[in-house]
Amino acid sequence: MTVTSVSGPAPARPSAITRFLHRHEGWRGHLLLAPALILMTVAIIGPMWMTLMMSTWTVRGFDIIVTPGLANYTAMANNPMFPVLIWRTLEIALTCTIVTVVLVYPVAYFLAFQTGRSKAIWLLVLTLPFWTSYLLRVFAWRVVLGNEGAINSGLMSLGVISEPLSWLLYSQTAVTIVLAHSWAAFAIVPIFVSLEKINRSYLEAAADLGDTPARRFWRITFPLSLPGVVAAFIMMFVPTMGEYITPIMVGGPDSMMVGNLVQAMYGPMANWPAGAALAVVMMITIGLASLAFVGLNRLVQR
Amino acid sequence: MASYTFHRKNRPLALYAGAFAVFIYLPIMFIPLFSFNSGWYVKFPLESFTFHWYVDLFQREQLMRALWNSIKVALFVSFFSTLIAIPAALAVARYRMPGKSAAIGFIMLPLVLPGIIMGTSILGLMNWFNVTLSLVTVTIGQMVICLPYAIAVLLPRFIGVGRALEEASADLGEPPLRTFFRVTLPIALPGVLACLLMTFTISFEEYFMAFFLGGTEITLPIYIWTQLRFPDDFPSLLALATLIITFSFILVFASLRLARIGESLTQEGAR
Repeated sequence: MTVTSVSGPAPARPSAITRFLHRHEGWRGHLLLAPALILMTVAIIGPMWMTLMMSTWTVRGFDIIVTPGLANYTAMANNPMFPVLIWRTLEIALTCTIVTVVLVYPVAYFLAFQTGRSKAIWLLVLTLPFWTSYLLRVFAWRVVLGNEGAINSGLMSLGVISEPLSWLLYSQTAVTIVLAHSWAAFAIVPIFVSLEKINRSYLEAAADLGDTPARRFWRITFPLSLPGVVAAFIMMFVPTMGEYITPIMVGGPDSMMVGNLVQAMYGPMANWPAGAALAVVMMITIGLASLAFVGLNRLVQR
Repeated sequence: MASYTFHRKNRPLALYAGAFAVFIYLPIMFIPLFSFNSGWYVKFPLESFTFHWYVDLFQREQLMRALWNSIKVALFVSFFSTLIAIPAALAVARYRMPGKSAAIGFIMLPLVLPGIIMGTSILGLMNWFNVTLSLVTVTIGQMVICLPYAIAVLLPRFIGVGRALEEASADLGEPPLRTFFRVTLPIALPGVLACLLMTFTISFEEYFMAFFLGGTEITLPIYIWTQLRFPDDFPSLLALATLIITFSFILVFASLRLARIGESLTQEGAR
């Protein structure tokens, strides 16, 4: 393997840089990775640092005061609405993550073990909808759940119900259902990958030694799939924590999430520092919850 | 693994998976259904069949502008994120180097950051440096979103590419860069095309970056979002959504097929 990223036709006598790169594989690799790493630094580390700094500023009238302070955080701590909001966001995100992971596990299992030659088609069928716009998927649910939506008007024209089921739209339940549906692929794929990686000869060995299918599942398949389950938890929990479209589209006043407040602070309320502080708290919550998932996994695996 | 017979067909499980597939498609299927319905309201019973809402779309100047913006941004995003992802995927696939797993984790970070946090954070930075928001800032933001997916799509292609062919090329005296362009890249080409299509689709439909970093320029998803406020526009939005969903299904399907062609090619290359 002798690919380097030095441009131009190969010189008759390699330059010092070429010779250096030729000798040092690690540097060659880093050079190839450099554009990606630079982009990530500029577009992630920089902005994150900025948000952290900004969360210590304050807004007075139309001015932003850049003297660092904890005013935004103390304001949050003193506002009784805020813990409610964080708690509700956690509740929605956790409920829909747990429900989805449990519902999706058998599907991933089916995909990994039972589809045989049609595995590629099944994988395509199960993941294709998730490549369509997430906005449109939420939009679709509005069509389905609305007061005059498909379910209500369908049931009413069939004569099953006489007035719309109001809990369908503008409720926390609606938000949870829609979020579960929107991000389900993020749960299927990691679990499928971890099940797919299981060495089938372990299962054969267990069977040869007389284990029943149920014992094989609980003693081999399930423990070995746990890393995928944890990945699924995190992959789903993160986007649902930061959600703000779904609560607006299908939620009511009782289902506003932290994301809605962040968006409001950056938008209509024009208080970016307060929004930044909220974003920081959101990140810390996500980080702690993810650590808890990983820790739980360690505990279970022992 | 041909002798592997432990998992006999489990009919209830298959039924469950089938039902799950129906559940994930069902809400999306209502969009095209109602887009051909002549009534203003989205409700049963359906009225008569019409193309009216589709025709209506072409008379909207703002929509055409948003569409053009989306296409421009998506073309740039897919080109540049693939361009950056190719060397990165190659490095991850081939090179032993210190700090590699940390670098991979760093690049994959956007997968575990909520869009709203990335959007507002980049907005804050741009504002600090007095960068005017435009389609350029949207492009940069979306490249970050696309990069992890791009690398994930490309990686298997580069791991698979027949090293024997590359070594043969090197032994016959081709300089490294020519080997890359004449051996490595052609074999990985289906993967590269798949990557271009995939990132195009992601960018075309991306919402958060377009919302926070677009300034006064809007892309298609933002157009849909702003039009949602007007009930009169709802049927037309259904028609628009139908077109977008069909278009992105085709693109993603093509991308996944290409990735599979790449798979069989790389296996041949390895032989």
